[in-house]
Amino acid sequence: MNIEKVAVIGAGVMGSGIAAQIANAGKQVLLLDIVPEGASNKNIIAETAIQKLLKAKPAALMHKRNARNITAGNLDDNLNDLADVDWIIEVIIERLDLKQDLYKKIDAVRKPNSIVSSNTSTLPLADLTSGMPSSFTDDFLITHFFNPPRYMRLVEIVQGPDTRDDVVKTMTQFCDIQLGKGIVNCNDTPGFIANRIGAYWMQTAMLEAMRLGLTVEEADAISGRPMGIPKTGVFGLMDLVGIDLMPHVMASLVNSLPKTDVFHEQATIPDLVTTMIKDGYTGRKGKGGFYRLNRAGGKKIKESIDLNTGEYATSTKARLASLKPAIAKDLQKLMSFDDKGGQFAWSVLSKVLCYSASLIPEIADNIEAVDRAMKLGYNWKYGPFELMDKVGVDWFIDKLEADGITVPTLLLVAKGKQFYRVNDQQRERLDITGEYQIQHREGGVLLLADIKQKQKPLHRNASASLWEIGDDVLCLEFTSKMNAIDPDILGMINTAIDIIPSKYKALVLYNEGDNYSVGANIGLALFAANVAAWPQIEAMVKAGQDTYQRLKNAPFPVVGAPAGMALGGGCESLLHSDAIQAHAESYIGLVEVGVGLIPAWGGSKEVLTRWLANPKRPKGPMPAISKAFEFISTAAVSTSAFEAKDMLFLTDKDDITMNRERLLFDAKNKALSLVDDYQTPEAVDISLPGKTARTALNLAVAGFVQSGKATPYDGEIADQIAMVLSGDNADTADVLSEDDLLTLERKAFMTLIQKDKTLDRVQHMLESGKPLRN
Amino acid sequence: MAIFKAPLDDIKYLTNEFLDTSELSDIPEFSDMTAELTDAIYDEAANICENLLFPLNRSGDEQGCHLENGNVTTPDGFKAAYQEMSEGGWGSFTCHPEFGGQGLPHYIANSVDEMVISSNISFSIYMGLTIGAYNAIHKFGTDELKNQYLPNMVTGKWSGTMCLTEPQCGTDLGLIRSKAIPQTDGSFKVTGSKIFISAGEHDLAENIIHLVLARTPDAPGGIKGISLFLVPKINPNEDGTLGTTNNVVCSGIEHKMGIKASATCAMEFDDSTGYLIGDLNKGMKAMFVMMNSARIHVGIQGLALSQASYSSAVEYAKDRLQGRALTGIQSPDKPADSLIVHPDIRRMLMTMRAYIEGSRALSTWLSFKLDVSHQATDTHQRKQADELVSLLTPVLKAFLTDIGETVTSLGIQIYGGHGYIRENGVEQYLRDARICQLYEGSNGIQALDLVGRKLPAHMGRALRHFFHPVSDFINQHQDNEQLSRFITPLTKSFTRLQNATLVIAQKGLADPNEAAAASSDYLRLFGLVAMAYMWAKMAEQAYAKTGTMSEDFYKKKIMTGLFFMDKILPQTGSLLSTIMAGSSSVMALDADQF
Repeated sequence: MNIEKVAVIGAGVMGSGIAAQIANAGKQVLLLDIVPEGASNKNIIAETAIQKLLKAKPAALMHKRNARNITAGNLDDNLNDLADVDWIIEVIIERLDLKQDLYKKIDAVRKPNSIVSSNTSTLPLADLTSGMPSSFTDDFLITHFFNPPRYMRLVEIVQGPDTRDDVVKTMTQFCDIQLGKGIVNCNDTPGFIANRIGAYWMQTAMLEAMRLGLTVEEADAISGRPMGIPKTGVFGLMDLVGIDLMPHVMASLVNSLPKTDVFHEQATIPDLVTTMIKDGYTGRKGKGGFYRLNRAGGKKIKESIDLNTGEYATSTKARLASLKPAIAKDLQKLMSFDDKGGQFAWSVLSKVLCYSASLIPEIADNIEAVDRAMKLGYNWKYGPFELMDKVGVDWFIDKLEADGITVPTLLLVAKGKQFYRVNDQQRERLDITGEYQIQHREGGVLLLADIKQKQKPLHRNASASLWEIGDDVLCLEFTSKMNAIDPDILGMINTAIDIIPSKYKALVLYNEGDNYSVGANIGLALFAANVAAWPQIEAMVKAGQDTYQRLKNAPFPVVGAPAGMALGGGCESLLHSDAIQAHAESYIGLVEVGVGLIPAWGGSKEVLTRWLANPKRPKGPMPAISKAFEFISTAAVSTSAFEAKDMLFLTDKDDITMNRERLLFDAKNKALSLVDDYQTPEAVDISLPGKTARTALNLAVAGFVQSGKATPYDGEIADQIAMVLSGDNADTADVLSEDDLLTLERKAFMTLIQKDKTLDRVQHMLESGKPLRN
Repeated sequence: MAIFKAPLDDIKYLTNEFLDTSELSDIPEFSDMTAELTDAIYDEAANICENLLFPLNRSGDEQGCHLENGNVTTPDGFKAAYQEMSEGGWGSFTCHPEFGGQGLPHYIANSVDEMVISSNISFSIYMGLTIGAYNAIHKFGTDELKNQYLPNMVTGKWSGTMCLTEPQCGTDLGLIRSKAIPQTDGSFKVTGSKIFISAGEHDLAENIIHLVLARTPDAPGGIKGISLFLVPKINPNEDGTLGTTNNVVCSGIEHKMGIKASATCAMEFDDSTGYLIGDLNKGMKAMFVMMNSARIHVGIQGLALSQASYSSAVEYAKDRLQGRALTGIQSPDKPADSLIVHPDIRRMLMTMRAYIEGSRALSTWLSFKLDVSHQATDTHQRKQADELVSLLTPVLKAFLTDIGETVTSLGIQIYGGHGYIRENGVEQYLRDARICQLYEGSNGIQALDLVGRKLPAHMGRALRHFFHPVSDFINQHQDNEQLSRFITPLTKSFTRLQNATLVIAQKGLADPNEAAAASSDYLRLFGLVAMAYMWAKMAEQAYAKTGTMSEDFYKKKIMTGLFFMDKILPQTGSLLSTIMAGSSSVMALDADQF
């Protein structure tokens, strides 16, 4: 069955967020809530929620127009409209009686075989459906999203004894493919997987930090990078999700878990937290949390709370012997290190890992479900069982025994083994009987991480690798720091172009880093500029241009597959591909002006020619030039792949994948679809107006400079962009080639890189990660 | 017999013509420095150096210092000379007028210092150490300490020292063990053993003010737990008269290869009263602030001894008659021609001369930039100058002191066997010069400082202040045919330096041993290019003859510069090859294979 229309009931933060993500997938959503007493506008709650979605930060909608996919309504007037929808998701307050009442109303009007789900995080499915007819329970399940729904990738699915298999299958596929979520099947137990372990972990980390006398910074430094659960550290995470949420989750788990569950040992809410919530210190959404920004005196000073006294003081960097790289980078060493950092790591991890191991098969039938839930729902870098493999199962058992801690059964089953292994090119996981089971991926999921376990790269250098991904398609993976483009990556692109025509069919540019690429490695250029090595710098620019032109004109299809940031030189690699298969969460832009430069690896040329070729544009080149100028001179970055389409970074021939794990598969298929009768792109002739256009563009910028919205140096940079986009000395009667534009790009780049203000911008960006406005 | 003639022409040329001091023209101390005034200072300095200090140089070397009952006796004549120099204010040029100094710029004081060192380096050390200590107290001391100690140090009545080294720690000051126990009155009791303390004890001044690095009881370990203390030999009374002794004892003096008239002392502090200078545990910060001027000063020692050696060698080459010129007899009325007719003697003399004049231009320019870094009214200008000075200080220190060794050795070579005989006085220069490569951070440490600290800081930002002006200069004179014999080799060597810099920066990121193994060669390459830049700038002026020096002076300048470009600068080619060869053969053997 296909899901085309959805109803979301409950327009609170979660409900409206889920509605937004469904709208992002291009589906129609009916968003309903109750009519407040005496309201003149009966739809007021849902309408207000939609208005809030348009302003939400981080944005809930991938494109403002997606709000049009959401129709506001109310439960008094629009109940009958539920008869038209394929899936109804209930996201109302966590009260069993209200939910049960609602289900009866829904069941009375919904169409047969439509799916009903609840987004409950605490109530058992058995209770929710008690007393409902089997016609309802057959179609009912729990779909548990995490906040914020656009960005958190986990959806926990819980089915009841009656739930039809095809209902589960339909919802799994819809949430996976359409909404881009990672699905984890859970048993019907309190808190399911992620909140059960996540709440236990947060409580344990907080209580142990207090018991062992760690500062907030020390606890975060240990739980952050070294343990990786998550990168923000535990207190940073609590500030982010809201400290006031904790007591609610805790109360529901404490009430529903049997008294024998070790969860109760860590369930005390410290007085400090109660006081903080009472005083409005609920985290980032409140006055601050474990950290706060003190803005007194016009300065912003980061402060942290003293876990003993509750007083705030200027935040100080954690300095522990256990944080030295030699210790902190080796989890086993960290957990045995004899200082409070090491004791904290051992104490927290031993408890959390044992608890996790003890919950199988209670909460899920396999270990991978638990690992995935913690990674996707709580941003852990590794799941609990992966962590046990990292430290070594036997080492962990020995240390537990040495400390007199009862070793969970599952861990004893794993003794002498590891939880995951690769056997005969298959990924396998250990089951509760001690046997290994093959782990299958869903159809349509292809991951480099899996490929890497089975084969070696065709080529590898310090910054890139080339992989065979089947069907004679190669994948070029960036591996440099932040995937910055450097001479090694350019070299690997050239290698790919050299070898593909004789043996392979197509190339995909793709990697599994947090970001596709943050841009060119400007550290090298800065150093070269500081020693006035101008010819070398011009050669670097030329090498990038030549490589990207070669990529564009290669005799085989090239598909760029970005996810996360694709900026500057990274963006330019996409612009020279035949097609783009973008993850929905792609942030694409030419941001060179931030470092006082212009896109000079063909980026200025490509954006300009894309806008010139736009069939919808008005007559004459000026509108196209203005658009290209606007995006480049403001360093505009798309907030999603959908927005990138508006900016023509993506065009009609490009597509978007919602689920990160399906991106490579889709990109590869896209590449294969281009193989037959592949033609290299035709060279374009460009005619540009020259000086008059440059003057016009500069006039616009002068206003910004005068009003202080841009600095005089921004104006100088903008003039160089204008010089390139207007064709410098060109005349409308002239025909310019791509090479002519590339020459202008180099000219502008070399002008700017020799200026101190540009070098100051580059240095500032490299050292602080932030642009300098000078 | 050695002779010494101060290089007044060259010093005056550099001060009056070569330096562009317009950067500081808005500051009276600088705009007041007319040629008339500086020429007079230099003339008088030369007079004192040639006639008062130089005559004590060899006798001081022969006599050395003597320790008896904790008292050190300096060689005959030192005390009287010290009195005269102090009374003449020769030691307090750069000191602040508030404390009785003259507030003169570094670039002038350093030129005077060069002459003082040339004439008698051992003697110069006593006065130099006082200035070092003065600078630290002036920059970091409390007003109370400054008022109590500085006036007497400025007049030379009291002298100063820097007490860093201990038996177990030299370069690695983190290993310091000397203790400072805080007292209820805010002072400290300092206890510890220090070695290699120049001017630690002597009979020239009535009191000695020691600056001592030590740790307080709960200071953090290593380099971050070191503080600086002022410890007087004799506690002064409030009225400035001398009070009780302070348990500061000289337990021995070193018997050294050179600078024998400079007392190098082992000092014992035993519950000696001391006062904190600067912040607690920030002793190294004070050291770093002093470092640039102290290291530039040692670089100038290398230059000064080179000059002293050349001064004798050139006279000897003219006087000594041996053999006949290959192209025909030059002095038919004499039994033989002078040494100076022989090309290999010329090669040595020209090498000495080219290094010396290049070194002097470099040190004068850098001394001026040091003034800019302290005095410029614009903070951005100060910061840029400070970055340039910090970058070039290790280059100047190591390169000029290496040159000191080379040139003083060539000086002996010109004398032949007579150079090896003590009575002739030129072997002393080589022995004296050798220490300059070792102290104030050995030259290997300078090279590490350059590639490990100065190069990578802010992605090479300090480099910009040197490389961009050179690049601009080259571009500006690209088509200047007259200057082409300077610009072409400068361009070539500059490109080599650029390439070496990029390679070292890149390799060093992946493997610090790569950068470290290339560091000494790189520093020399850097020094040669910096010197070539100086020569090209001097040649530009000499061709234009816009200044007031004689035609002959400019002609000699150009010819000496061409010698540098033709015969010395090509070393950059082999240095680049060496650097590019990488570290593998350097590090290949295991330690136990040695």
